Amino acid sequence: MNKFVSPYSPNTDSDRLEMLKSLGVSSEKDLFKDIPSKFVDPDLNLPNPRSELDLHSDLYRLSRLNKIPGESPSFLGAGSYQHFIPSAVKQIVTRGEYMTAYTPYQPEVAQGTLQTGYEFQTMICELTGMEIANSGMYEGASALAEAALMSVRINKRNEIIVLNSVSPLYIEVIKTFVEAPSIKLMTADSIKDLDSKVSGNTSCVLVQNPNFFGFSENLEEISTIVKKHNSLMIVSSDPISMALFKPPGAYDADIVVAEGQSLGIPPSFGGPYVGIFACKKKYIRQMPGRIVGRTIDNNNRKGFVLTLQTREQHIRREKATSNICTSVALIALTATAYLGALGKNGIRHMAELCYHKAHYAASCIESIPGFSMPMNGVFFNEFPITCPIPPKNINSILLENDIIGGYDISDLIDNGMLLSFTELNSKKQIDKLVQVLTNITF
Amino acid sequence: MTPEHLLYSKEHEWVKATESDPIVTIGITVYAAENLGDIVFIELPETGSNVDQFGKLGEVESVKAVSDIYSPVSGTVVETNSELIDSPEHINDSPYDNGWIAKIQISNSGELDNLMNSKEYDTMLTEE
Repeated sequence: MNKFVSPYSPNTDSDRLEMLKSLGVSSEKDLFKDIPSKFVDPDLNLPNPRSELDLHSDLYRLSRLNKIPGESPSFLGAGSYQHFIPSAVKQIVTRGEYMTAYTPYQPEVAQGTLQTGYEFQTMICELTGMEIANSGMYEGASALAEAALMSVRINKRNEIIVLNSVSPLYIEVIKTFVEAPSIKLMTADSIKDLDSKVSGNTSCVLVQNPNFFGFSENLEEISTIVKKHNSLMIVSSDPISMALFKPPGAYDADIVVAEGQSLGIPPSFGGPYVGIFACKKKYIRQMPGRIVGRTIDNNNRKGFVLTLQTREQHIRREKATSNICTSVALIALTATAYLGALGKNGIRHMAELCYHKAHYAASCIESIPGFSMPMNGVFFNEFPITCPIPPKNINSILLENDIIGGYDISDLIDNGMLLSFTELNSKKQIDKLVQVLTNITF
Repeated sequence: MTPEHLLYSKEHEWVKATESDPIVTIGITVYAAENLGDIVFIELPETGSNVDQFGKLGEVESVKAVSDIYSPVSGTVVETNSELIDSPEHINDSPYDNGWIAKIQISNSGELDNLMNSKEYDTMLTEE
């Protein structure tokens, strides 16, 4: 029998026997007995090997069947947005000194990477209006869920309340995170409902601002309700919106998280992204993730190190505050380069462009017979519309006209569609969208 | 060097108990403090909370590690050393006096028999 022996595994046969014995099983096969047999070593229906050239042309042909946002006008958002990325960003990020996914644990060889981490944290603090920030989470949804876990660690209360206007996808992620530690998850569908549900058992209230529908929440009122019971206010925000609206820090938020994708990272099918995480300084020891600190060396020279690492998994193992490791460092660097390229005034200008384009589009779409705006209030770059026919039919008509339509939210609002606008949507594109919608017969 | 008037746990906590008083004072030993290194932060238990013998009481963070502090007795926390919040270095400088951590009203004085006297503790240390 030709037995495969991995050249990389140091375990001998007797090592394996010993491990199996201690697990109380007789063969390695027993370890996989929970997997239905049809999934163990299945026959894969794969074509014969082909040349690279052959394969490349075939895959290229397939890729051209896609409608690519940017090439075609796109009004798709709902948590992931198409923005212009300055060339300088890619240039910086692909430099050999930076292009690693590895966490810079050794300050003696990673000063450049650590400095960008420190700058990322500094810019995130300025953007969110918070005292401290970490150097990145995996993405926005898990950052929000980690914030809820952190809140439970801080005040040892076991109940969390999520406003219904938080992204349904984020709520799904939170459900997954709170299931194992048996944290009770409640939802509130209005501020009044929230007021009746917050109590001394409430660890935190989770708010999204602008919310999933693009509208501003009344953070001032929510903050008052939350603080009445000494609960924590956690706000998930959008980084670009914080350049225009008062940031959550101004409303006494305890933890602020955000999806960092808008900051120079293409939507790319949903990842890799970077989560933003900032909080009040007094909670620093309960904050998940890595924190870069500035210090001095023995010659009094400025330097950067990963700090407060004793909370982390490579030291604390199963008692660690979190298990946020490598990979997103490169995406956080991208966001840092992007924020640096735009600067304080640039990001504000871009936020204004997004805002005005969305408001121009809203005023046009609202006057199309059959279409209406189901929500009132202040919105940023996104808003829902009610369509005269199902949104999925609208989207196929738009696609025929080379337009990528909005996000179908007919499960939340009857015939509802969420439309998103950024600086990439020219007036010409918006006018064309309005024209196609106007010509829809129903 | 190990004070004779105290009792000790295997996890290197000390207990100061007097026969007439149900409230005992606890802290960590010189051995524990030296092994942790410079202590930079302590998470104290909440006053009024109940603890079990050898259950978790709080956490100390040194420049090297974060370690749990275990309660050497069962009972209710009646007072904590709030000075440690701003000056956790007292645990290194003066582990048996200014570095005390909490006072606990013991619920079962019989549990004190599960602890070691200074001689037994010293023997354990030489064996470690």
